[in-house]
Formats: sequence, structure tokens, C-alpha cells
Amino acid sequence: MLEPIFLSLRIASIATVFSFFLGVFLAYILNKRKIPGKNFWETLITLPMILPPSVTGYFLLILLGKRGAIGSALIDLFGFKIIFTWYAAVIAASIVSLPLMYQNVKAAFLNVDPSYERAARTLGSSEFRIFWTITFPLAWPGIISGIVLSFCRAIGEFGATLMVAGNIPGKTQTVPTAIYYAVENGNSQLANTLVLIMAVFSFVLILTLNKWLEKRNYLGK
Amino acid sequence: MAISFTLQKQLDQFQLDVSCSFPGGVLVIQGESGSGKSTILNCISGLLEPDNGRVQTGERVLFDRQHKINLAVQQRKIGYVFQNYALFPNMTVEKNIFYGLKNQPAYQDKTKRREMLEYMEYIMDTFGISRLRQKYPYHISGGEKQRTALARAIVTRPELLLLDEPFSALDMKTKELVYQEFLELKHQVQMPIILISHDPREGDLFADHRLYLQQGHIMDPQSNLLPFAR
Repeated sequence: MLEPIFLSLRIASIATVFSFFLGVFLAYILNKRKIPGKNFWETLITLPMILPPSVTGYFLLILLGKRGAIGSALIDLFGFKIIFTWYAAVIAASIVSLPLMYQNVKAAFLNVDPSYERAARTLGSSEFRIFWTITFPLAWPGIISGIVLSFCRAIGEFGATLMVAGNIPGKTQTVPTAIYYAVENGNSQLANTLVLIMAVFSFVLILTLNKWLEKRNYLGK
Repeated sequence: MAISFTLQKQLDQFQLDVSCSFPGGVLVIQGESGSGKSTILNCISGLLEPDNGRVQTGERVLFDRQHKINLAVQQRKIGYVFQNYALFPNMTVEKNIFYGLKNQPAYQDKTKRREMLEYMEYIMDTFGISRLRQKYPYHISGGEKQRTALARAIVTRPELLLLDEPFSALDMKTKELVYQEFLELKHQVQMPIILISHDPREGDLFADHRLYLQQGHIMDPQSNLLPFAR
């Protein structure tokens, strides 16, 4: 029972790190810089949030499969077959959690009063320093929301993970896939335990986030 | 130091078209809301790019469309106090004032750095905000915010100071106090100042030169406030 829990935590943690860096980078360049085709890129990033997970999984299967663009390149270069490994589960979890990260970080960046950045410019500050000293710290509560929500989404990922990583006990079986197969095999005790663990874990995480956000407010409201 | 600017910029409702030069001191720009006053400051500071024109402080050309000169905001050596003061809410009063110093090339030099920090202390003492150094902007009053924003803008010794309605957010009682302080500041700092205000009394109090703006154009000096800066 512990194996799927540890694997889910590992996959969700790594996926959250990926989606954090990618989400912050994309939210910054698409919203603070003039990038051609902004709407196109934004739609593409948001798509995994509204598509059925099986559709996202299918796209990933095409890309990561033995004959897929990424899958075949990895085999040719490193002799590494990514499909049906926990690495594929990390990619699936990163892709489905990215929209939540992006949307939260974008909202957080847009919420920063532009007059602070303008003031910093008149004080001679470079765009790099403005980002690290003004934009990022002021957007931090929104970024934390993105991290927590993305982590919850990643740990709960089922459909796309099943399609690209399968359900190999001890190798790629995560908590959601373990629950599904426990129910299918009539092992309701295992299913109930895992469901309870998932529900309590996610509840505590979101509750802690809300409490932290309530405390942390630079405007002192 | 003489300041001159000629600016043309198409805005939503009208075309901004102004030309002005003044030999230093305080230029007060007055006019109704939405007449283009803040746009002038944004164009001079480089936060906004004019369609056409030229901006010069002393011998330095900051912008010249014809000769394709357009210095970045960071290189213009202009202090700017925004209407809402724009104090960084994640930094204390001291860190707000210090922020611009670290961007100065001279800050890398140990001796100059010490001088800069001493000047910062002097400015904070002069503005009476030394005791607030560890406080965050949301813990200080409107008048204190205004003094902090002014200190932050002048501590880097800019060549020109832009003030966008710096008194508008203050209550009447605080305004009277701050007016006196600003008159003292005007004599202390030897830098040209452009002050935007919609209050004619502020023009009477502070202006060495003044402009009245309507729909992006300087109104006829004969029908308006004198001496007219041109």
C-alpha cells in the first residue's frame, strides 16, 4: 500500500517543480513581454485543463511512444524507452498541472500594480532585478497557490498517467491507479484506505494554503 | 540646468502636442483631468514613447525621434514621484530609499558607496523619516509616504525631478504641513522640478514657470497663467 503513495508523492513533487519553472517562465514572457501569438500559446498551455485526460494521454502516447517524435529520439540517442515508466508519469502529471500553475502565476503577476515596476525602472533597475525584487516577491502568494494546486492536480492525475505509464505495481502504479484497480478487483478495504488518505491529504494541504494566504498580505488589509 | 521638451503623441481622445523649455526651478503643469499632464511626465521619463519630439536635460539628449535617440528609462537620470507614491510594499522605508542607490554604477566603488549611504542618511534626517526606517509602507501615514517617495526619488541625485500630483492623496491638514516642507525642499535641492497639479493654489505656491494644458495643447499664454514657460 505504501509503494503507490511514495511513488505518487515522488511523481507529483517532480512534476510540480517542472510546472513551477515552466509556469513562471511562460507567465512572465507571455504577460510581461510583447510576444507574438500570445493567445495561441496561452490556449495551448490551458488545453490540458479542459481536454479529457484520455485525450491528453493519447497525445502523449503518440509523442512518447516507440514511434513518437520524443520516444523514438530517446531510444535512438540513449537507448531509453520512456513509455510505461514513472518518467512518463512525471511528464503526464507536469502537462496536466501546468495550466493550473500558469493561470495562478499569470493572475499573480497581473495583480502586481505596474506602478511598482515603473517606479523601479525610473530608479535605474534592470528588468532582471525588477523581476526578482519586485514582481516575484509581490506575486509570491499567488505563486504558492499555483504550486499547491498543481501538486494536488499532479498527485490526483489518473487518465493520462494510465495511458502513458500504465499500472505496473511497484513501478508505475500511483495512488489513483491503485484505487481504480482495487475497486475493479473488489478490494474495497484498500480502495477505502487510499481514498481516505488522498482526501485527507488534499484537504489539509488546501486548508493550510488558505490559512497561510489569509495571514500573508503585504497591504495589511 | 535647462530643460526642454517637444512632444507629440496620439492619445485616445486627442493628440498631445506640447513644446516647452525652462531654465530650471519649478515648472508647474496644470489642467483638467485627462488633459495629458501625466502623459507628458511619462514621455519625459521614458516610460512612454512619444510619436515624435525631443527631450533634453542640460546638454544630454534623452529622446530625439529625428536622430533616433531614445535612452532607456534607467539611463535618463530622472527622479519620479508617482501619484500613488508606488512605494514597494514588500520593502521597509529604508530599503525603498536604498533601492535606487544599488543601481548606480558608483555604488561599486567603496568610497563612493560610503558617500552615497551618508547622503541617504542625510536625506532621511532632513525629511524626518529616519525613525520610520524599519516600517513598511502600509504602516505609515499619507504624509510619511509622500516624504519617503520624495526621498527615494532624490537620493540618487537625478538631473530632473518629476512629481505627478504628489499632494492629491493628502488631507487638508497634512497638505498645509507638506506644502511648507516642499517649499524648503525646493530651495535645498538644486535640481529642476516638473510638478503636475490640478490645484491652482499649488501653482501659486511653487511655480517659477507654469503651463496650462487643455486637450493635449498648451493654452494661449495671454489668456492664462504667467509667466509662461516657452
